[in-house]
Amino acid sequence: MATRALGPVRRSFAPWNDPTAVPLIRFDKVTKRFGGFTAVDDLTLDIHEREFFALLGPSGCGKTTLMRMLAGFEEPTEGRITLGGEDMAGRPPYRRPTNMMFQSYALFPHMTVEGNIAFGLKQDGMTKGEIASRVEEMLKLTRLESFAKRKPHQLSGGQRQRVALARSLAKKPKVLLLDEPLGALDKKLRQDTQFELMDIQVTLGLTFLIVTHDQEEAMTVADRVAVMDKGKLIQVATPGEIYEQPNSRYVADFIGDINIIEGRITGASGGRVTIGSAEAEAPLTVASEADLAKDTTAWIAVRPEKTRLSLDAPPAGTANALTGTIFDIAYLGDWTVYLVQLPGGKILRVSQANMTRTVERPISWDDKVHLWWAPEAGVLLSR
Amino acid sequence: MNRSFSAVNLIALTLGFAFLYIPILLVVIYSFNDSRLVTVWGGFSTKWYASLLGNRQLLDAAWVTVRIAFLSATIATVLGTLAAVALTRFRRFRGRTLFSGLAYAPLVMPEVIMGLSLLLLFVAIGLDRGFWTVTIAHITFTLCYVAVVVQSRLVTFDRSLEEAAMDLGCPPWKTFFVITLPIIAPAVIAGWMLAFTLSLDDLVIASFTTGPGATTLPMRIYSSVRLGVTPEINAVCTLLIGLVSIGVIIASLVQKRSIIERERAERLAAG
Repeated sequence: MATRALGPVRRSFAPWNDPTAVPLIRFDKVTKRFGGFTAVDDLTLDIHEREFFALLGPSGCGKTTLMRMLAGFEEPTEGRITLGGEDMAGRPPYRRPTNMMFQSYALFPHMTVEGNIAFGLKQDGMTKGEIASRVEEMLKLTRLESFAKRKPHQLSGGQRQRVALARSLAKKPKVLLLDEPLGALDKKLRQDTQFELMDIQVTLGLTFLIVTHDQEEAMTVADRVAVMDKGKLIQVATPGEIYEQPNSRYVADFIGDINIIEGRITGASGGRVTIGSAEAEAPLTVASEADLAKDTTAWIAVRPEKTRLSLDAPPAGTANALTGTIFDIAYLGDWTVYLVQLPGGKILRVSQANMTRTVERPISWDDKVHLWWAPEAGVLLSR
Repeated sequence: MNRSFSAVNLIALTLGFAFLYIPILLVVIYSFNDSRLVTVWGGFSTKWYASLLGNRQLLDAAWVTVRIAFLSATIATVLGTLAAVALTRFRRFRGRTLFSGLAYAPLVMPEVIMGLSLLLLFVAIGLDRGFWTVTIAHITFTLCYVAVVVQSRLVTFDRSLEEAAMDLGCPPWKTFFVITLPIIAPAVIAGWMLAFTLSLDDLVIASFTTGPGATTLPMRIYSSVRLGVTPEINAVCTLLIGLVSIGVIIASLVQKRSIIERERAERLAAG
């Protein structure tokens, strides 16, 4: 429900590429250990003002710990966190300019919706009139006007989620922290809410930091995504870069579907790298400027939707041309996913958009098929 | 599950309840006996309740008992709640197991031993026995009951509520009073009720720790029964039974209602 076009705002926004820009939040060599377990491992990260930043990773990767350190619920074992130039060390959560939206929403059950939203404002000693007008504003922003007098247990999941959002936004924090904010909602509502969050973020001009394990959610809402694993950042980039230019098999595999073929480098020239793989019958070519020594192990990753599939052979000389047998077909409505088994046994995913309304697929189970992809479609990965 | 009662079940149930409640029922019935003789039914009357009002000794004892119960329950509730918070919150402090064991020991400690040890303590520190020593003794033995009741509520308490309050700028001590305490209030009230009724009908510990001018109602009843049971005593007992029952029922209702409310909220949250 965007009330205005976000394009102009979002398209021109890239402070992380500006070397003179001063970041709002800075994690400087931050480590957090719980007993013998290292949750966050020597992590350095800059987040800029007005950025919508996502921490993405599986459970236990340290993303929530990182956020809780920024909120003040945990203290880093080593390293420094600065916010707006101020060192946050030893500063308790109730004296930090951050507010958090909790995964469980954590609404106060003995207070009304109004009471919940006003709670943070009361702590700041605002006058009654100021509080009332701010609460009004928040209720309007989250479309909760008619629920102001209700208690949390009289609300639906989606309404509670909006109360939690309104409460955490009421104090206009420098940074809003969102801990898996949409996890409890069903898919349709989640998608609507994602767009709503983006709209609110741009409207209020705030910095949002979201923690999620849902890659689609991170890609939808965020300006930049940090993919985490075992307490370390694996890649920090825009959603497009993360998807199209993953820097490792971990990121490639975590974001969307991908085929990864292992092989050894057999040659490199003119921006093309060739790889010989036991899994593929022909040498594979990928567009890459990487300077890797011959015979080192490398991987070619190619997305299912960038792979072509046909019953007829491609013209002679086509790069990355393989043959296989249809192993399985999944019809998803907008897409059809084919699992193709190569002669060596490896199974690749190929997806094709269903452009016409034919129910019958021209390609069927056990058909012999040809598949190929352009050298530019694949990504060369060295780790 | 078979919901209807079989003959065997019915008999077992009747016998069980008869065993538990016939003695109490007899006391209640004979408190309305017109006859002076305790074992002979002489018709219905409420005269013993009326004569009770003229019995200064019993009334004084009742007043002392209620004061002790109110004071000790209130202080035990404050201390017991703090102990419960400490036991649930600070998961790993040195000697936590020892502390929780010590806090719950009075639940199973024989009353005679508790009474005796408290008596020795009061004698050792030279405290004059009377109203205050009984109050202190009652705080000691009811505290752990409060701690158990409050702790069982705190175990299911969502800590993120407190974190949310602090995140919104509320310092920890204030968070306890405006967030934690209102939410666990039903359990605290139930704990108070329990402590109140326990103090009300305690005989053993009070006998050990009392002194001149601080005779509680159970002690007064016990000493007059030794001279023979009078219908007046039956009337007092009936009133006491009523008071204790009301206390226990309110305590369990308060707790039950909060559980039902919580479950309903959780169902709504899931739905």
